Amino acid sequence: MRPLGEDSAPQMARLDPRVSRLRYRLERLMLTPLFRFTLRVVLPMAISFGAVSAWFAVPENREGFVTMVEDVRLQVESRPEFQVKLMAIDGAAPGTAEDIRTILALDFPVSSFDLDLDGMQEAVIGLDAVRSARLRIRQGGVLQVDVVERIPAVLWRHEAGLDLLDEGGVLVGPAPARIDFPDLPVIAGESAELAVAEALALHAVAEPIRGRLRGLERMGARRWDVVLDRGQRILLPEAGAVQALERAIAMDQAVDMLARDVVAVDLRLPHRPTIRMTEKAAEAMRDFKAIEAGGVIGQ
Amino acid sequence: MIELYESQRAMRNMRKAAMQRGVVAILDVGSSKIACLVLRFDGTDPSEDGIGSLAGQSGFRVIGAATTRSRGVRFGEIATMAETERAIRTAVQAAQKMAGIRVDHVIACFSGSDPRSYGLAGEVEVRGVTVDEQDVARVLSACDVPDFGHGREVLHAQPVNFALDHRSGLIDPRGQIGNGLSVDMHMLTVDAQAIQNLAHCVKRCDLELAGIASSAYASGISALVEDEQELGAACIDMGGGATGVSIFIKKHMIYADAVRMGGDHVTSDISMGLQVPMANAERIKTFYGGVVATGMDDREMIETGGETGDWEHDRRTVSRAELIGIMRPRVEEILEEVRARLDAAGFDHLPSRQIVLTGGASQIPGLDGLAAKILGQQVRLGRPLRVHGLPQAATGPGFASAVGLCLFAAHPQDEWWDFEIPVDRLPARSFRRAVKWFRDNW
Repeated sequence: MRPLGEDSAPQMARLDPRVSRLRYRLERLMLTPLFRFTLRVVLPMAISFGAVSAWFAVPENREGFVTMVEDVRLQVESRPEFQVKLMAIDGAAPGTAEDIRTILALDFPVSSFDLDLDGMQEAVIGLDAVRSARLRIRQGGVLQVDVVERIPAVLWRHEAGLDLLDEGGVLVGPAPARIDFPDLPVIAGESAELAVAEALALHAVAEPIRGRLRGLERMGARRWDVVLDRGQRILLPEAGAVQALERAIAMDQAVDMLARDVVAVDLRLPHRPTIRMTEKAAEAMRDFKAIEAGGVIGQ
Repeated sequence: MIELYESQRAMRNMRKAAMQRGVVAILDVGSSKIACLVLRFDGTDPSEDGIGSLAGQSGFRVIGAATTRSRGVRFGEIATMAETERAIRTAVQAAQKMAGIRVDHVIACFSGSDPRSYGLAGEVEVRGVTVDEQDVARVLSACDVPDFGHGREVLHAQPVNFALDHRSGLIDPRGQIGNGLSVDMHMLTVDAQAIQNLAHCVKRCDLELAGIASSAYASGISALVEDEQELGAACIDMGGGATGVSIFIKKHMIYADAVRMGGDHVTSDISMGLQVPMANAERIKTFYGGVVATGMDDREMIETGGETGDWEHDRRTVSRAELIGIMRPRVEEILEEVRARLDAAGFDHLPSRQIVLTGGASQIPGLDGLAAKILGQQVRLGRPLRVHGLPQAATGPGFASAVGLCLFAAHPQDEWWDFEIPVDRLPARSFRRAVKWFRDNW
C-alpha cells in the first residue's frame, strides 16, 4: 500500500487535533459575514465616534477646539503671501476713482481672505459713473480694479438741474454747466430720459442744422420737438420722427424754410406738413394775397 | 406511514434552505476517518434541459475539504458521542477555514447500524384516464410495508420501477393512459438509534442536518460509472469498521447491506499476530500489506518496531510473507461475507455482474485478484468521480462515499417523501381547523 496523503498534505487540511467547543463556536462566529462586518467596520467606527463625542461633550474641550481652529485660521490668513497692500484702479476718471476708494473704504494691509470681492464688485458697479468693473487680487498683493466708465451721451435738463445720461439713458452724473459739454445734445421734457436712443438718432440726423439746434423736448412723454434758436420748433410725429426730421431739413435746404419767419414746422401729420408763421408774417402774407388778387392795400 | 416521514420531509426543507444559501457541508462519518467537504452551489441547475455538462455533476464546487481521525465510531456507528462530536467539530472547522465561509447545513452519511433492504410493491386502479400525481401518491402509499420492527427507521425509500397495466420499466408514469398502476419500491431501514445519535452529534455542533444517506448508497453513486449503474453492478465500499454493499440496476439502488468488518480488523489482526501496537500495525499494513504472497516476500524483512523498552522485542523483524499470511484470511473472510450478502440478494440473476471495490481498504495490493476469485470475474477497483474543486488528496477510493454524497446533495433521487401525500390520507384535523378559521373570520 502506498502512504496515505503524505505527499499531498499541503493541499488539504489533514488534522488530528482536538477543537474545543468554545474555539469552534468562536471560529464560526468569525466566519459569519455580518459579524465580521460589524467587527471590522461598525465597531471601530462606533468606538471612534463615541470617543470623539465624549471628548466634545465637555464644554472646555469644545471651546479649546474652536479656539485652536480660529488660531490656525488666523495664522494662515495673516501670512504675508495672503496680504493685500494696495489698490490699483484702471480705466476710471480721477473723480470716479476717488468715489471708488471712498465706497470700498479699505484700510490696507488686509488679508485676502477678508475681502468680499463679489460684494465689492457690486458696490463699485452701483456707482453711477461705472458701467462694469472687474476686481481681482494680483500677484504681489495688489487689489486690481478694472473699471469701464459710462460715457455721457446727452444732457438732461429737468426740475432738479442738469444731469449727464449715457446712450442707454442711465445717469452718469451731474453736469456743472451746459457750456462744459458743448457737443452733447440737451433733452428735456416729460420722460425724456426714457427715449435717449431716439434723441441721439435725431441729433445725428440734425447735422445740417446743428448750429441752430438748441435741444430736443419730449412732448407728453410720447413725441419729440426739435427746438431751434429764435423760438422755432419742429414738431415731430410719434412714429417715424427721424424721417420727418430729415424731411424738414430737406425742405429747409430746398426753400430755406427755417430762415424765414416761421414759428413752428408741424410734421405731426406726415401727409400734411403745416407751418405756423408769426403774426406779422401772416399779415404780410394776407396783404400779398390781396395784392395778387388785385385789391388795394389797406381797404 | 406519513408521520414516519415527517423528519425526512423536514430534512428536505432544510436542504432546500441550504440550496438557497448556496453552501452545504458533506460529512462522511466513518470508522477510521471523518471527512468534511464544503460545497458551494453556483445556481446553475443542469438538470433543467436533460443531461447537462458532465452528466449532471456540474452546478456545485468543493471549496473546502478536511479529514480528521475518527474517534468514537465503531463498525460505522457512533459509539462515543462526545468523541464523535469533537471529531465532527474538528473536521467541520478545518473545512470551513479552508472554504472561508460559515456552513450551517450538513448532509451526513454513515455505513453501519445494520441496514436492511426491503422490496415493496403496491398496486392501485388509476382514477382518471391518465395517471396524475395523486395516482402516483396513492400507489406509493398502497405499498404493503413490511414489519421492519420497533426501533428502526427508514433511511431510503425509492420507487424503482413503475408498471402501467402490462408495461413495466416506466420511470415516470405521469400523463400516461392506463388502468392499473403498480410500483416497486426499495426501502432501506437502519437502527433509529444510530440516526438519532448522529443527529444529536450534528446538532451539538450547531449544524442543521439537511439530509442523511447510507454510505453504501453514496459510494455506489460515485464509484460506479453510468452504464454500470444502468446494467447492474455491486459496489463494495471497504471502510475501516464496516464494509458496505450496494447493488444498482437501472440507476436505482435495489439492495444495500453492510458487513461489520473492515480494514480496522485487518489492523487489529496484525497487531495481535505480530504483538505490535495498533499504530505500528497500521503503518506496517499501509506500507507492506498485501494479499498475494510470492517467493520474494519470504526474503523481504519488515522491522516491527515498538515502544515496549524490551530491546529484543522492539527489534524483531517479520517477513512480508508472514504479514500477508495474517492479512489474507481476514480479507478473505470479509469478501466471503460480502459474497454471502450478494448471494442472498440474488446478485447472480442480474444481467451484468460487475463488482466495484472501493473504500480505503480496497487499496490493499492484489485485492482485485483475490476478490475475483471469491466474488466473480468482473471485478475492478473503483475511485470516486472527479468533481469540481476536489483536492488531490480527496480523490482516493477512501473518499468515494464523501464524493457520492456531494452528488446526492446536488441531485437527490426521488424518495417516497418527495412525492405528494394522497388527499384521503391527509390528516382530517387540519381541514377541520381551516373550516373553523373560515367560520371564525368571515
